[in-house]
Amino acid sequence: MSKLSQKHLLGIKDLTSEDIELIFETADNFKEVINRPVKKVPSLRDVTIANVFFENSTRTRLSFELAQKRLSADTINFSASNSSVKKGETLLDTVNNILAMKVDMIVMRHASPGAPHYLAKHIKANIVNAGDGTHEHPTQALLDAFSIREKLGSVAGKKIAIIGDILHSRVALSNIFALQKLGAKVMVCGPPTLLPKFIGQLGVEVEFDVRKALQWCDVANVLRIQLERQQIKYFPSLREYSLYYGITKKLLDSLKKQIVIMHPGPINRGVELSSDAADSQHSIILDQVENGVAVRMAVLYLLAARP
Amino acid sequence: MQKKLILDTDLLDITISRLCQELIENHGDFSETVIIGMQSRGIFVAEIIHKKLEKLTKKDIPFGYLDATFHRDDFRRREIPAKASETKIEFAIEGKSVVLVDDVLFTGRTIRAAMDTMITFGRPKKVELLVLIDRKYTRELPIAADYVGKSVNTLTSQRVLVELEAQGHKQNKIWLINKD
Repeated sequence: MSKLSQKHLLGIKDLTSEDIELIFETADNFKEVINRPVKKVPSLRDVTIANVFFENSTRTRLSFELAQKRLSADTINFSASNSSVKKGETLLDTVNNILAMKVDMIVMRHASPGAPHYLAKHIKANIVNAGDGTHEHPTQALLDAFSIREKLGSVAGKKIAIIGDILHSRVALSNIFALQKLGAKVMVCGPPTLLPKFIGQLGVEVEFDVRKALQWCDVANVLRIQLERQQIKYFPSLREYSLYYGITKKLLDSLKKQIVIMHPGPINRGVELSSDAADSQHSIILDQVENGVAVRMAVLYLLAARP
Repeated sequence: MQKKLILDTDLLDITISRLCQELIENHGDFSETVIIGMQSRGIFVAEIIHKKLEKLTKKDIPFGYLDATFHRDDFRRREIPAKASETKIEFAIEGKSVVLVDDVLFTGRTIRAAMDTMITFGRPKKVELLVLIDRKYTRELPIAADYVGKSVNTLTSQRVLVELEAQGHKQNKIWLINKD
């Protein structure tokens, strides 16, 4: 197989395990490309991509933009904070106006779950979901799984604990789908208020004690507390959260085992992850960032191959 | 389906030996030359030639392989996109003579893409092309090989099938196939 089963990347839920394998194999090649003296290939030189961000982002947008430039695509950037959205334009009108300027692909982040799915029903261009509310963030899950595969040789059979604010996290949901499709065992861990009530129905283990979760897993993917999405208080204070769920080097050393620490960023140092743990030899956080560009190149390349 | 044998094991050995002698004639002790095989099928021919050259010259000759998929000119034009393979060039090609090796030279488009890919690694002093089979009268670009194992008159509708032991076949055999 050298073709994706989907025309869009809306979520990991729609992908087959063969799709994910194809993305990984292509990303392997792009990782080699971005380490060449000339880090650029001409594949997408007649493709124009719009990065439409209705929600703030630094890393994801930079990573997408860099991936597009390395593929020689033309890019335009749009962020909602300085646009006509403020003047009352609808999502579909905004996107159709961008497409009228002969754009081939849309990379979109939106605060509403399902926004890219809605768009996919109404427009012809390929759509890449760069995060839709608390729903999915497929490219993050792909780069996380790719980084695990790179570090441990494979994902199948590995135990991965996702620790932190599962309730508000699109990274958690996409990671669960991706890891399960690749044959890994997944556990979620966090305070009961930050775990969705029926998360167990997705086939994941649920743990409330972070130490037990770390003892169980090969890889801990630590998530940020998303204060901006929390309208009510889910725990008494950040200090208390950090005391019970924060991961420190001392805690990692006391496990007396090999463990890989991941974080999708941005890190709140001293809250979910202490500085000495984030910068320790267990951490592959910066590898994740490097792999993000290669994985996004693979996704854009494979989607562009089927216009 | 009609099959015609172009090269068998014995003839292939003779051909490879001759190609190696020609290379030695032009590159001496290979101190300034590197060998790069084309993914995906050219690497097997390149490996055979590289091994033989190292044996004949008693020198270590840098050897790598190159995938030109991302530089192809038919992206978004094919029904099923070409699948990329690994590129591995762990030496500098800047200022070196590069011998590019492929199994079959057909339209010349892969070689065009390969040369574009290669210069992302540096500027070689000289690039030469070695092919096992040169399909005459099928070129779509002004590209010619410097070293040719065997020239074959073919129609565009025909196909050249290379079976090498290194690819898991019982014997080295190269066929010309008529598509019905």
